[in-house]
Amino acid sequence: MALLQTRDLIAHYGDFQALFGVDIELAENETIAIIGANGAGKTTLMRSIAGVLNNAAEAVMFDGTAIGTRPADEIMAQGVAMVPEGRRLFPSLSVEENLLIGTYGRKTIGHWTLETVYDLFPILRERRNSPGTALSGGQQQMVAIGRGLMSNPRVLLCDEISLGLAPVVIKDIYKAVPAIKAAGASLIVVEQDIAQAMAVADRVYCMMEGRVTLSGTPDSLSRDAIHDAYFGAGH
Amino acid sequence: MIWVDTIIQGILLGGLYALFAAGLSLVFGIMRLVNLAHGDLIVMGTYLILLLVTLLGLPPFLAAAVAMPVMFCLGWALQKFLLNRTLGDDILPPLLVTFGLSIALQNALLETFSADSQRLPTSALTTASVQAGPISLGVMPLLTFASAVLVIIALNQLFYRTELGRAFRATSDDATTASLMGIKPANIFAIATGIALIIVTIAALYLGLRANFDPNIGPARLIYAFEAVIIGGLGSLWGTLLGGIIIGVAQTIGAAVNPEWQILAGHIAFLLVLLVRPRGLFPRAND
Repeated sequence: MALLQTRDLIAHYGDFQALFGVDIELAENETIAIIGANGAGKTTLMRSIAGVLNNAAEAVMFDGTAIGTRPADEIMAQGVAMVPEGRRLFPSLSVEENLLIGTYGRKTIGHWTLETVYDLFPILRERRNSPGTALSGGQQQMVAIGRGLMSNPRVLLCDEISLGLAPVVIKDIYKAVPAIKAAGASLIVVEQDIAQAMAVADRVYCMMEGRVTLSGTPDSLSRDAIHDAYFGAGH
Repeated sequence: MIWVDTIIQGILLGGLYALFAAGLSLVFGIMRLVNLAHGDLIVMGTYLILLLVTLLGLPPFLAAAVAMPVMFCLGWALQKFLLNRTLGDDILPPLLVTFGLSIALQNALLETFSADSQRLPTSALTTASVQAGPISLGVMPLLTFASAVLVIIALNQLFYRTELGRAFRATSDDATTASLMGIKPANIFAIATGIALIIVTIAALYLGLRANFDPNIGPARLIYAFEAVIIGGLGSLWGTLLGGIIIGVAQTIGAAVNPEWQILAGHIAFLLVLLVRPRGLFPRAND
C-alpha cells in the first residue's frame, strides 16, 4: 500500500482552480519527482499535501488515514515535513535555532539530531550562530532541509530546492539525498531541472496546467514524451 | 539639587510607563496586533487586585500574585476565542474589535464598581523612603522601576533562551512557515497574550498603589504605553524602557516648571523624538 497518496486532488486559490484531479502515489522508501513548467501546479500540490491548503479529507491519504482537511501543524506532527519553496528561513533565528524549530513541542526519536544534521552539512556547524539569512543561498537551502529533517519525518517534501542556485551547489545539496533515504524517509522532490529529477527519482510525474500528464520510471520515459508532457503536444 | 531629584523621580516614573508598555510591545511584536484595550485591561487588573484585597483581606502584593494566573487565563481565552478571529491581512478588524472591547470594559467596570475613585490600601512599605545623600527616594517608585527592569530581563530570557521564545520569534517572522514546522500560531498567540496580561497585572499593582484610579483612566495609560513603545522603536523591549523613562522625565520636569504642564510635556517629548527619529530609537531591522 502507498505511504502517501493523492486521489482526485482538486485545489483552488479563490476562484482560480489550480489542480484538476491529481493522483500521485509514494511508496515507503521511494523517491518521486514532480516536474513541470512554472504554473503547472507543483507547488500547489505540495502545499495541499502539507496542509497549507485545505482539501477534501480523502483527497490526501497518509499511512491509511485521510489527512486532506488537517492543518499544517498536525500533518507535520504525523510525519510529513516540508522544505518550502524559497527556503523560508526565520530571519530572527540563528542557524541552530532554525534547525531546532523542527523539533518544536515534541520529542522526536530517530536518526536526525543537531549532530547528525551537522554531519550531513558540515558547513552549518561552523555557521551555527549566524543569523539564518546571513548565509549563502546554498547554505540557506541546507538549513531549510536540515530543519525539515529535525522532525525525523517519514515523508520529506522538497519544493524546488535547486531554485536560484549554481549547478555546483545543487550537486552538493543532492549529495545529501542518499543519506536522507538511508535514514528512512521517503521523498517527493519538485524540480524544474529535468535531468536532476531523472537522476534522483525512482519515478517521475510530469504536470501541466494542474494535471498529471505523464508518469513512469526515468528510463521508461523518452525525451519526446517528456517534452510533450511538459509543454503540451504540438509545440 | 532639586533638578537631580526631579530627574530621578522621572526615571523611576518611567519604570511604571515601561510596565504599561511591555505587554503592548510583546503582543504587537509577535502578532502585529495593536490592542487598544490594553489600558483598560490594566485598570481591570487593578480592580481585580482591589477585589481580592477587600474580599479576602490579602495584602496587595499577594493579591497581585493570585490575580496573575487568572489574568493569564483571561488573556489566553481573549486571544483564542476573540482576537485570533480578527487577525489577517487587514489591520482594521483588530483595531475595531479592541476599540469596542475598550469601551465595553470601561462600562462594565463603571457598572460594577461605580465611578468613585479607589485606591489600593497603603501600608508602611508603600509610604517608606530611603535617603540617598540629599535625595529621598520612595520605596514604591524604586520597586516599580526594579520590577520593570526584571520584567524586561525575564522577557528577553524567554525570547532568546527558551523553546517557546524561539517559537514566538519564528511565528512573528512567518506564521505560515511556522505552521509547516508543527507550530500552531493560534496557540502561540494565545500564550503571548496570556503572558502580556501577567505583565499587565504587575503594572496594575503599581498603578493602584501609586495613585487613585477609576474606570475611565485606561485610555490615558494606553497613550503613555504607546508613546513608550514608539519612542523605543517597535519590538525593542529595552527601547520600551528607555521610552518610558523619556516620558517620565519629561513629565516630572514639566510638572516642576508648572504643574499644569506635566502631561503636555510628556506628549511634547514624544513628538520631538518622532521628529528626530521617526522609527524610534532602536527600530527592528527587518520590519
